This record gives sequence, structure tokens and C-alpha cells, in this order.
Amino acid sequence: MSDTSIVITPTQITELIDLVRRVHGFDFAGYTKASLKRRVVRIMQLKKMEFYDLKHTLVNDQHFFQYFLEEITVNVTEMFRDPSFYKALNLQVMPYLSTYQHAKIWCAGCSTGEEVYSLAILLREAGLSKKSFIYGTDINTEVLREARKGIYSLRNIKSYAENYQFTGLKGSISDNFTILYDAASVHNELKQNTLFSVHNLVSDDVFNEFQLISCRNVFIYFETELQERILELFYKSLCPLGYLCLGSKETIRSDTFKRKFKVINHKENIYQKIGT
Amino acid sequence: MGPDKNLLERWRTTELLLLGGSAGSFKLLFQMVKLLPADLGKTVIIVIHRKRNFFSEIAKLFAENSHMSLREIEDKDVLEKNTIYIAPANYHTLIEKGGYFSLDVSEAVWYSKPSIDVTFESAADVYKERCMAILLSGANQDGADGMLKLRNSGAVTIAQHPEDAEMDEMPGAAINNGGAGYILHTDEIFKLLHTQ
Repeated sequence: MSDTSIVITPTQITELIDLVRRVHGFDFAGYTKASLKRRVVRIMQLKKMEFYDLKHTLVNDQHFFQYFLEEITVNVTEMFRDPSFYKALNLQVMPYLSTYQHAKIWCAGCSTGEEVYSLAILLREAGLSKKSFIYGTDINTEVLREARKGIYSLRNIKSYAENYQFTGLKGSISDNFTILYDAASVHNELKQNTLFSVHNLVSDDVFNEFQLISCRNVFIYFETELQERILELFYKSLCPLGYLCLGSKETIRSDTFKRKFKVINHKENIYQKIGT
Repeated sequence: MGPDKNLLERWRTTELLLLGGSAGSFKLLFQMVKLLPADLGKTVIIVIHRKRNFFSEIAKLFAENSHMSLREIEDKDVLEKNTIYIAPANYHTLIEKGGYFSLDVSEAVWYSKPSIDVTFESAADVYKERCMAILLSGANQDGADGMLKLRNSGAVTIAQHPEDAEMDEMPGAAINNGGAGYILHTDEIFKLLHTQ
């Protein structure tokens, strides 16, 4: 399925990173290279481009850059991915959130919004929809447009139904959607307390204070140094005793941050900010 | 018939052993895990297709039967000798230049996540002639492109003989595209892995 004839050298990847930074102001230097390379090769295959054409078009064509940005970052996501995580969140974090008059949640790297709406459903089931608000951010304007719409293919929703069952939440996932032909549109009540906006974890700063930050399967694309920079950003963005959720294969490895976050759930990588 | 001398020599010097399998490969992989000695002196990575919510059961079962230390890969784990790593379900596993893993949740390849191609291709970039890959039974074509990439970058690539494979499509695809440097019967593969 992959074209074995396309060869990209590490030097060419560096060239491309430099070009994108200079021309478009996006810095991919801290991204893991093997994955970045796969994405670049994929774009070259899809667009039938040589490396030179790719650089050329990136400079000359602003629309192409938007496409590039969308393809270079991975936007594959699911509702209730890792059901056991949502179970743990419900059990270990929701009681804490309910002690606040108003809970603010940041879903960082939210892509097309599936995780934001999963959290919205969880909050509603915990009786917290009236007193919570979810900010979904991503570097990519196009996926945020999709997230705001909240319209997903019915086929996808069916595949999320299994995840939903394993979360132990009542009802069925389709209760949250209006279905028309092969499209499922998320109910307005779930959209009400959400806001989607552009935020680049690499270059943008603190924008609010949160009780919970969820950033799942984003760190896998970052090298360790960049992960630590972003952990600092999250630390500064959390209220005292606020919670941080990483993906189920993403752990905090740095000693500095092991001291700043307490492990709440080892398997699901749920952490709590300690100190101030 | 025993494995040829050149192959034995390459096995002795290889740093990384890659094992890829799908339908019909579980029993073989299980036997291999049981066979490999604690002091193998190499890193082993197993990529096996499975349903996405079945994750740690395989790793647990393998770990209970392995002499080598065995773990399911987490993001940024460093590749260590005498360790067997299992690619986690619902992620692709890549190997980075610095000798560590990075995970990826992008599109399935050949309907598979983990995809054997993805891991093999990134191993080809980093390990080149320092690795050996074995592609076992499976009912799709994942792994064939990865085998070809590995072979082109100097690695030893072995396809299980299609006659022996419960599902012959996967090793067959690697033979057809030229990705298989060797085609070995199952007993020959075990003999090779058994050689110190």
C-alpha cells in the first residue's frame, strides 16, 4: 500500500522543517522524525509530487499549506477511545470537578472534536453539564470547523458504540445524535458548553486556568524535550490540584515533572498537579 | 536441512529481530517467545495483528512464558537488549533514530493497526543491515512492503514457507514482491532462532 520507491533523507526532512518555519511560522522541529517522515511520504504519494515540487508548492500556494498542515498532523480520533480511561475519569475525577462552582476543561489537540463530545457526554452523565465548559483547541483550522459542526458519519458512530458500552455509561451513544441518512449530528445540548479555537502547543502560551486538561495521543508525536516544554505549559494552566490526562501509552518520564504531578491512575495516565 | 552458513552468521551478529504475524501466527510467536533465551543479546519486536480492544492479554500471556524480559511498548521506550517488545493494539509502532520507540494513531494500513509495514519500514531506516525480520502466517498483505524496504537497506528478511503457513497470503506477498531474502520452513526458522 505504501510506495517503496519514495525515498526521503533525514536531511530533506530538516530542510522541510526549516522551510515551513520560515515561510509559514509553524515549528515542527520537536516532532518525532519517523512519524513526520511517514506523513511527508504520504503527502507526496497522494499528490504525486517529487520532493522538489513539494517545497516549491509549499512556498507558492497558501491553500496547499493548509492541506499540508492537515495531513502532516494526524487527525485520526474516536469517541470514547480507551473506554477504561473514561471509566476511570468518571470514578476518580468527576467527583472532584463537582466540588467546583464552575469547572473549566481544556481538550488540547482536539482534532475533529470526538473527544470533546465524549467528555461532554461524561460531564452530563455526572450531572455537571450546567456547571462545566470545555475548550477544544488544535493547530488546524479545518479540523476545528468539523469539530464545531459535530457531524460524523453514521458508520463511525456505530464503531464508537462498542467503546461506549465498555465505559459503563447508561443508554447508547446514538442517544446523543440526530441521525439523518448516513450522518449523525451531535445534539445542541452537548455543543452548548464547548468552544473550539486555534492554539499551537509548540508556540502559544497559557490562555486560561483549568480544573482538567486532557491531551491524549498528542505527545506521541513530540520528542521528549518538546513534551517537557508542554508539560510546563499544562502545569501553569492548571489550578492547584487540577488534573492532567495523557494517552494510555504516554507517561510522564521527566524527574522534574514527576515531582510536580502525582499519579492518580497509573494505567490510564491520569495525573494531579501538586505544589503551586 | 539446516540454515545456511551465511544466514547463521547474520543471525549471530544481528542486533534487532523483528517478528510480524497475523491470522495463524499466534501459536508460532508464542513458541518463539518460549524458546528465546534470557541472554539472547538482541532486541526483539513483535508486531501481531489483533482487535483493538484486546490489548494487554497477549502481552500478559507472552510475559508469563518468556525467559527474556517482555513488555508492551509505551511511547518513547528505549530499545534495550534481551528484551521482547510487543507493539500495542490500536497504535502503529515506529523506531526513531535515537534508538527509542514512538507511537502513532494514524490510519490503519491494510486494515491493521498495528501495521507490520510501518514498524518494518522505520526499522529499515534506523537499523539497516543490523536487523533481521521474519514474516509469518497472515491473511492480508501487510508486511510485504516493509520486508522489501528492509531487504533493500541490507537487512536479512525471511518469509515463512507458504506451505507451512496457516494463512499463506502474507508471506506469499513478501515473496512475490521480492521482499523475502529467504523462504524457510517453520522448523528451519526455529532451528535458526535456537542457534546461539
